[in-house]
Amino acid sequence: MSSLANIDAGASARPVRHKRVLPGFGLTMGVTLSYVCVIVLLPVIALVLKGAEIGPERFWAIVTAPRTFAALRLTLSAAAMATVFNALYGLLMAWVLVRCEFPGKRIVDALMDIPFALPTAVAGLALSALFAGNGWYGAILEPMGIKVVYTIWGVALAMSFTSIPFVVRTVQPVLEDLDPQYEQAAATLGASSFTIFRKVVFPAILPAFMTGVTLSFARSLGEFGAVVFIAGNLPMQTEIASLLAVIRLEEYDYNGASAIALVLLAIALVLLGVSNLLQARALRYKGATA
Amino acid sequence: MSMTIAHMSRRFGATEVLRGIDLTVARGELVALLGPSGSGKTTLLKIIAGLDWPDAGTLEVNGEDWLPKRAQERRIGFVFQHYALFAHMTVAENIAFGLTVLPRATRPSPRQIADKVQELLGFLQIPQLAGRYPAELSGGQRQRVALGRAMAISPQLLLLDEPFGALDAQVRRDLRRWLREVLVQAGTTTVFVTHDQEEAFELADRVVVMGAGRIEQTGSPEEIHDHPASPFVARFLGMTVELPVTLRAGRAEAPGIDASALARVAMADGAATLFLRPSDITPVPDPEGRFTIRTIASTGAMLRLLLTDGAGGTEVEIEIPRRLAPAGLAEGGHVRLRPEAGRLFARTEPLSQSAAGAFATAHDPDAGRQTALSKEFTR
Ligand SMILES: Nc1ncnc2c1ncn2[C@@H]1O[C@H](COP(=O)(O)OP(=O)(O)OP(=O)(O)O)[C@@H](O)[C@H]1O
Ligand SMILES: [Mg+2]
Repeated sequence: MSSLANIDAGASARPVRHKRVLPGFGLTMGVTLSYVCVIVLLPVIALVLKGAEIGPERFWAIVTAPRTFAALRLTLSAAAMATVFNALYGLLMAWVLVRCEFPGKRIVDALMDIPFALPTAVAGLALSALFAGNGWYGAILEPMGIKVVYTIWGVALAMSFTSIPFVVRTVQPVLEDLDPQYEQAAATLGASSFTIFRKVVFPAILPAFMTGVTLSFARSLGEFGAVVFIAGNLPMQTEIASLLAVIRLEEYDYNGASAIALVLLAIALVLLGVSNLLQARALRYKGATA
Repeated sequence: MSMTIAHMSRRFGATEVLRGIDLTVARGELVALLGPSGSGKTTLLKIIAGLDWPDAGTLEVNGEDWLPKRAQERRIGFVFQHYALFAHMTVAENIAFGLTVLPRATRPSPRQIADKVQELLGFLQIPQLAGRYPAELSGGQRQRVALGRAMAISPQLLLLDEPFGALDAQVRRDLRRWLREVLVQAGTTTVFVTHDQEEAFELADRVVVMGAGRIEQTGSPEEIHDHPASPFVARFLGMTVELPVTLRAGRAEAPGIDASALARVAMADGAATLFLRPSDITPVPDPEGRFTIRTIASTGAMLRLLLTDGAGGTEVEIEIPRRLAPAGLAEGGHVRLRPEAGRLFARTEPLSQSAAGAFATAHDPDAGRQTALSKEFTR
């Protein structure tokens, strides 16, 4: 709250201070910060307070209980798998959408928004229908011994489907803005295409790429709608953490639910923190002048 | 190395950007490509560098066909219009780039690379900048780094696209002298692009004037300045005053104009256009004179006069040193014009009002196309 006070002081006419150049800075800043507090910060604080009531020993017991632990492990592993895939495929997709010309490019580009636009339940239903033993893909995969529905693969698949646009849509605009003259300069200096990508293009898109990957992972951790349809939700096997939290809530076990939620929250926060640190490092050449 | 370009053309969709370029650059030469914006200078440079390909024509270097070669194989130093320094690398890393990406077999050791970078930084007089990022440099410093990066690979040919484009006037002049010294000292064959004639004339051994995808004239700075080969070149080089005249026995005649200071030319009698620099015209006060002084503006050292021709309404702008201004010049007064040096081109079509206008800075060579059948005047 002290930051709010500072901003007010800056905007109101304290004669020594420089006037802000942006019009309505105090007002807009005040409104957005209040909004962030009410909508984002308060629920998080409430959750933390709720968790604090539980007490460390009880908390530890809940989280390490076999079913909870299994759910958390599954969620994290599947999210990691989905994110690795999204990182690679999303980057490739962004590259193709920016640098390649092919018929139907605009359609493919528009398709990238479908995972965001589609209700996740619809996505979940569609995926499980496709990958079920009698579905189009399932009918091919299961005879080969690859079972997707009711396994961690299915969970990862659903997570990946709903979060891939994060990578594509964060990298794409940065790639579009990257002036081809940097690549041309590198080419005249003798760099091979791969070297140009590794040493010139990738460092330029790295901050955006990390943002996309982090968001993709965070979204995967929390993905619910699409996953529950394809996962089968067998306790100890394919039950994800957020579903378990819901189950606990339905059992009126508020402590159990908030303990699970707290762990997910902590993981997401740590991840965002690490991502921001890495980005600051990657952008140090820009920060130096600021 | 020597380079020969023949019959080269390049089009982007419907626009013909290069229309049959023939150009030879000799070993160690410093050539300027001079031309207005959009005349195809960058396109030509990119084709030489292997970043673009022509639709027709040949490019040979030391007798070897270069068109099948990729940019990576040509060993050319290219300095981009906006430098294109790698933002996430320090100055030293930028300069070392071309060496660090060499295949392992031919790559110098890290120690040798560091030495080479140090040497270049010293040569470019920026050793203190080694650890900085491009965002922390001034425009002039960036320019030096870009040059260093291009020179690190010991290029056979150096291409500079508007090397001073992004700099202010004072830095431009300083760097220009410095660059000339650096290039002469390095002895690298160099082609550079500019749309600033002063820059081209001061830096280059030979100037190539381009207009709308064609080479209009090639020659030494003096030749081009004194004897522009076409109306386009004349206009582009500041001969912005165009007077319709009639040629009789090799002399230009027009009412209100006293062309006796100009030498006779060996051209057929008939309609012609006299191209003049505003500073090559002396106004002679004369109550009977055909031209009326509309305004007189002083720029300090110079007086700038705007004249109108009573009959046709033609406007002429002239410039004279203030201390040499004849007595009796006043707004509303009448003068005769005495061209001191100029260039005549036969007129094949009627001069349009706008082409006759004194401020015709139009760089479009098709506007009022005239034959280059002409002779220049001397004082
Ligand atoms: N990739 C491209 N696609 C389409 N048109 C292009 C392309 N590159 C250049 N042109 C066109 O070619 C013409 C010449 O461009 P070029 O960049 O060679 O000019 P220039 O002489 O370097 O001009 P300037 O002094 O402004 O840099 C311009 O009309 C430009 O619009
Ligand atoms: Mg250009």
